[in-house]
Amino acid sequence: MRGDTKSGKRNTELGIRNTESEERKTENVMMSGEMVLNPKIRIENVSYAYNGVLALKDITLDVPACAITVFLGPAGGGKTTLLRLINRLNDLVENTQMRGRILLDGQDIYAPEVDVPSLRRRVGMVFALPLPLPGTIRENVLYGPKLAGIKERTRLEEILVRSLQQAALWDEVKDRLDDPANRLSGGQQQRLCIARSLALEPEVLLLDEPTSGLDPISTAKVEESLYQLKRSYTIVLVPHSVQQAARVADYAAFFLMGELVEHQPGKALFTAPRDKRTEDYVTGRFG
Amino acid sequence: MHDTRGRWMEFAIEALIRVLGISTIGIVLLIFAFLLREGLPVFFQVPLTNFLDVRWYPTFGMFGALPLLLGSAFVTFTAIAIALPLGVATAVFVREVAPNWAREILKPLIEVLAGIPSVVLGFFGMTFIAPRVREILGAPTGLTAFTGALVLAYMSLPTIISVAEDALDAVPKSYRDAGLAIGATQWQTIWRVVVPAARSGIVTAVMLGMGRAIGETMAVMMVTGNAARMPLTLDSFFRPVRTMTATIAAEMGEVAKGSVHYRALFAIGILLFVVTFFINLTAARAIFTKRRRGGLR
Amino acid sequence: MSRQQVQRIGFALLALAAITVVLPILLVIGNIVVRGLAAINWEFLTAMPKNGMKAGGIFPALVGTLLLTLGTAVVCIPMGVGGAIYLSEYARDTWLTRAIRLAIVNLAGIPSIVYGLFGLGLFVLFLQFGTSILAGSLTLAIMTLPVIISTSEEALRAVPMEFRTVSFSLGGTRWQGIRNIVLPQALPGIITGIILGLLRAAGETAPILFTVAAFYLPRLPRSPFDQTMALPYHLYVISTQVPGMPEHIQYGTALVLLAVVLSMNLVATLIRSYFRRRRQW
Ligand SMILES: Nc1ncnc2c1ncn2[C@@H]1O[C@H](COP(=O)(O)OP(=O)(O)OP(=O)(O)O)[C@@H](O)[C@H]1O
Ligand SMILES: [Mg+2]
Repeated sequence: MRGDTKSGKRNTELGIRNTESEERKTENVMMSGEMVLNPKIRIENVSYAYNGVLALKDITLDVPACAITVFLGPAGGGKTTLLRLINRLNDLVENTQMRGRILLDGQDIYAPEVDVPSLRRRVGMVFALPLPLPGTIRENVLYGPKLAGIKERTRLEEILVRSLQQAALWDEVKDRLDDPANRLSGGQQQRLCIARSLALEPEVLLLDEPTSGLDPISTAKVEESLYQLKRSYTIVLVPHSVQQAARVADYAAFFLMGELVEHQPGKALFTAPRDKRTEDYVTGRFG
Repeated sequence: MHDTRGRWMEFAIEALIRVLGISTIGIVLLIFAFLLREGLPVFFQVPLTNFLDVRWYPTFGMFGALPLLLGSAFVTFTAIAIALPLGVATAVFVREVAPNWAREILKPLIEVLAGIPSVVLGFFGMTFIAPRVREILGAPTGLTAFTGALVLAYMSLPTIISVAEDALDAVPKSYRDAGLAIGATQWQTIWRVVVPAARSGIVTAVMLGMGRAIGETMAVMMVTGNAARMPLTLDSFFRPVRTMTATIAAEMGEVAKGSVHYRALFAIGILLFVVTFFINLTAARAIFTKRRRGGLR
Repeated sequence: MSRQQVQRIGFALLALAAITVVLPILLVIGNIVVRGLAAINWEFLTAMPKNGMKAGGIFPALVGTLLLTLGTAVVCIPMGVGGAIYLSEYARDTWLTRAIRLAIVNLAGIPSIVYGLFGLGLFVLFLQFGTSILAGSLTLAIMTLPVIISTSEEALRAVPMEFRTVSFSLGGTRWQGIRNIVLPQALPGIITGIILGLLRAAGETAPILFTVAAFYLPRLPRSPFDQTMALPYHLYVISTQVPGMPEHIQYGTALVLLAVVLSMNLVATLIRSYFRRRRQW
């Protein structure tokens, strides 16, 4: 469980010198070559450890609104960990240590007064494997809204239709809303999971390799719906391949062994990587 | 949004669940406390040497518990000696050898055995087994230690079989493959690789079966003849014997509450509690190491 | 002898062991069914015992067992399921959790006669419930508790972790996830465990010997503070304590008790296999 948010105490826990990281913060931002004004999410000097083993090392990164930011890098780089920190899903993991701050709209999401369930409604999450809940398609989509206390039938119906449409699934399931969700194909299930997150009208959508289990056609459909969604949502995506990253990225961040190596807007990271390691990775010269 | 009443309800429910979970410890302590409260005073009323005597005649103030203790041990060990080979062989058969259809028949039947009330088995032992034991032995009675052990063996078999089965199940498939790959037959693989790998689980199975046997009351009381004599000679198998459990069950109904005899029976209860506690403690070690689960909760 | 022959003989011996285990089970059931069936009729099930139990029926014993089982259920279901939810969903791996697990393992191993002593000491004497349905039910409930806790916990743990994570990620609290997903999914397993626990309680004699059971009480109990006859104790009484007892009544009583217990067993098995097939994960 993470401890308090004030960084001073936890610095010593992690054995990291504070002054050093303060310097590196400015360095990092300059290195990325771009300061985003009023970022949707600001990650400040975040370090994170499982059982004392660092998984993220002093990450500083801005995620702009209404764009797709991709986190890419080889396995074990800490992408999933960072993603799960943004909606505090890692609160559930025991024996972890964290320092640094994560701000959503300028507000520290790890501040003690934050209501975690409400935060998770604002920051949706889609997992690597499609994980429909037991029950029907309708029940899946409306699970979140119902927990949030929405009861009016018409309102729920509205949410159901809107989110399935946004996830580009409506046409395929509109006649079978009361079928068990696990009868859908893998691709449909994954879009159902996206719809399920969208039903809460989140501000941010976190997607962790959402297409890793899908065929190319389903993948294309999911990507298509992401293009639509980025107009109104802040999207953070861990892609399942460099190609996918290059296709969808508005901003790209490269993670290696818990470090943020490089962060660039647009496709620059793929066409003109600054770091040798990034270049090796995006050109496929990496192990 | 999530209203405050809902929050309170949730808080109350979670608090209640916590209390319920933790109360199990309280129950164990409570049980022990009440056994002590009712039983302990006897040690101030009767000299200790009296308990270590070989004669249990409470009406004459003789509380020699040795025959009861040995009676329980004798019946229990005999029962395990019967149940261990049978149980392990059956578990191996069900897990490793039996075709599916045989498994489908065996498993529910063994579960049925676990469900048969001990008084019914005792009744069967009295009316069916005991007369046959008597005939075969030409003994004066068929209600003997052996009859009791036989019934007890069957009562502990479901426990032994199911725990041993779990233990065999936990042996990775790769072990079996490795055994077969070096050219061993399935039979050799089972006895040289799989069963040894499941050893600690099988020990647990036997411990739990023993705990069940030592605590069994009704069936034992109905078929062992209940003579409080020291089972020290070989012919003790085929003579009546009396256990601690049967003594409590048979005598508690007749004693005056608060009398020395009443407290002596509770003292036997304390002994039973402590013995089964340690048996289960030993068995629990294996259970605990199996329970671990990492990651998200 | 070749290795193949050894194997064949070995397997045959294993099969023989299995047969040695199950044949007597069939023998017990067959013997009691065949000899008990003669006694079973409507009167036997619904009439009071007469003539010092040598005639008449077993109605009060049957009712007593049903009442005791019901009383047991009322107490141990909420306690057991609650405890299981705590262990599976809330407890972390701390010394306290380990102490609880140890307590449960030991509760499961305490001899039933010791539960009887405990019930006598606490409920009958200390709390002054007297020899009563209340005292008996509470004693049986505590005895059944570990069975229900461990089977329910197993059922809860079998529900994939991911469902809980998804529920959290959609803004659910821990309890909402349990209420809406985990519990419904685990319910068949929990119910099976409850039935298996209650079946044991229904067939137990030792815990009720000094807490509730009446030797001979040819009427129905009037309140929870009343004594009652009960099937298992009744069978014990008529097979060991009453000389000259007609055999068919003994076998008939044994058959009824066996039927009660085995039908519960059957229900549990059916529930389990039905839901296992329908399960979505
Ligand atoms: N629950 C956990 N407990 C302990 N260590 C963990 C846990 N989750 C992740 N880690 C460790 O943290 C590091 C980062 O893992 P993470 O899953 O964030 O990487 P990733 O970049 O998402 O990798 P992948 O591409 O394989 O998904 C790894 O070394 C991993 O072993
Ligand atoms: Mg990952």
